[in-house]
Amino acid sequence: MYSEKVMDHFQNPRNMGEIVNPSGVGTVGNAKCGDIMRIFLDIDESGIIRDVKFKTFGCGAAVATSSMATELVKGKSIAEAMQVTNKAVTEALDGLPPVKVHCSLLAEEAIHAALWDYAEKNQIVIEGLSKPKEDIHEEGEEEEY
Amino acid sequence: MIYLDNAATTKTAPEVLEEMLPYFTECYGNPSTIYAQGSAAKKAVNRARRIIADSIGAKMEEIYFTAGGSESDNWALKAAAEAAASKGRHIVTTKIEHHAILHTCEYLETRGFEITYLDVDKAGRVSPDSVRAVIRPDTILISIMFANNEIGTIEPIEEIGAIAKEKGILFHTDAVQAFGQIPVDVDSLHIDMLSASAHKLNGPKGIGFLYIRTGVKIRSFIHGGAQERSRRAGTENVPGIVGFGAAAQRAMTRMKKKAEKETALRNYLIERFEKEVPYCFLNGHRTERLPNNANLSFRFIEGESLLIMLDMKGICASSGSACTSGSLDPSHVLLAIGLKHEDAHGSLRITLSEENTMEEMDAVVEAVKEIVARLRAMSPLYEDFIKNRQTEK
Repeated sequence: MYSEKVMDHFQNPRNMGEIVNPSGVGTVGNAKCGDIMRIFLDIDESGIIRDVKFKTFGCGAAVATSSMATELVKGKSIAEAMQVTNKAVTEALDGLPPVKVHCSLLAEEAIHAALWDYAEKNQIVIEGLSKPKEDIHEEGEEEEY
Repeated sequence: MIYLDNAATTKTAPEVLEEMLPYFTECYGNPSTIYAQGSAAKKAVNRARRIIADSIGAKMEEIYFTAGGSESDNWALKAAAEAAASKGRHIVTTKIEHHAILHTCEYLETRGFEITYLDVDKAGRVSPDSVRAVIRPDTILISIMFANNEIGTIEPIEEIGAIAKEKGILFHTDAVQAFGQIPVDVDSLHIDMLSASAHKLNGPKGIGFLYIRTGVKIRSFIHGGAQERSRRAGTENVPGIVGFGAAAQRAMTRMKKKAEKETALRNYLIERFEKEVPYCFLNGHRTERLPNNANLSFRFIEGESLLIMLDMKGICASSGSACTSGSLDPSHVLLAIGLKHEDAHGSLRITLSEENTMEEMDAVVEAVKEIVARLRAMSPLYEDFIKNRQTEK
């Protein structure tokens, strides 16, 4: 079902973990669909992503896209990180099954959410970045089903 | 490989396969023909029909062979609804049925039928009182599964059957998971129609049956030749039917021993998980459950990831997570018993066979423990849970 690259990133996820006192952190997705992604960024004074970590609750594709997304933004400038799209993540993984493409979207959104948090904390504007969708994995959301 | 997905399908037993083989290459005649080769096939079909009828306390002519459980369910519901449409348009079922029932009900809704989907309790049991409460003068059919395929809960079929009989309403049960595993008797349980499938009891795939009680008005499902008393036309799947008969006979002979062995393995497995893995719980009824079914939720992790990692260790199991169902929603059964979405996503279904061993159970527990710990270390839900717990202290 999955490409070798996806399986590799699933089995050996890169940059999994937390950053204490991150420059920015973003959480996207929701428990209803079974995917939650959290990205931690450590950004230095010159705006370079010095370190990045992720935590993900989700399927094999969700873990692999998180892992790949962190690899693609690590060491990059904020502007470069903004160029990391879901398409780029998917391509870097040699593709995803059609039903899993939304996982790659989540990875892009998670990076954007972490950058948004960084921008808010530092009161700066990142070009092309808009406020992330509300994180909807909080209690109460489940009841509507 | 450790195979723990026997509710999905089972290995065809070697002795079953052996009985089937001559009907491919030697005794391959069409049962409808007049010559000896054909009538030998017909005899074999009826021998199997006799075994299966005996195994549920039915008459031979009440057993109709189909291509499997889904066909039997479709036939029972669509044809019975159509036949009784002049009497009424209300059908009663549950929220935890197999999709072969639920999606057929949804189809019937588009044809003007009204369906009541009954709730179940936290253990997955339908209360007979709730069945009684929703029956209306225009109720024509009650369809409630014998045992659930995901959580293994066995339904109070006898009580529900008695209510149906008292009210004069047709009663169908999807016994795909129950037949061959636990005793089924259509008369004492007041069952009018029953679906079953061979590949769940070490028989071949692609063959099932629908039991239709004599006198039940139901339309033909496949029009054509005179096979299956003209109700289900088409040249019989002779090797499949022979295999089903052999599998049913085999299952009946060993049912008690098999159930005892599987129950011991199952209970051991559940006990170890509950004792050794924090934040996990059993889904389904603790005692009223199929002997071979263990379904647990491991909080803060997602089922597909768990299954892939188990697969890498050579262990085959299943999950109610959305990713494994091919949709965005987790198992409707787990939601119906009140699980939160994330706990439904983190479910693991293990369904045993009598070939499994205690050593395999130990291997599975160790594997799951290791994988759950690994996935929790990766889980933002677990991180939040632990942090919240620390602040509460």
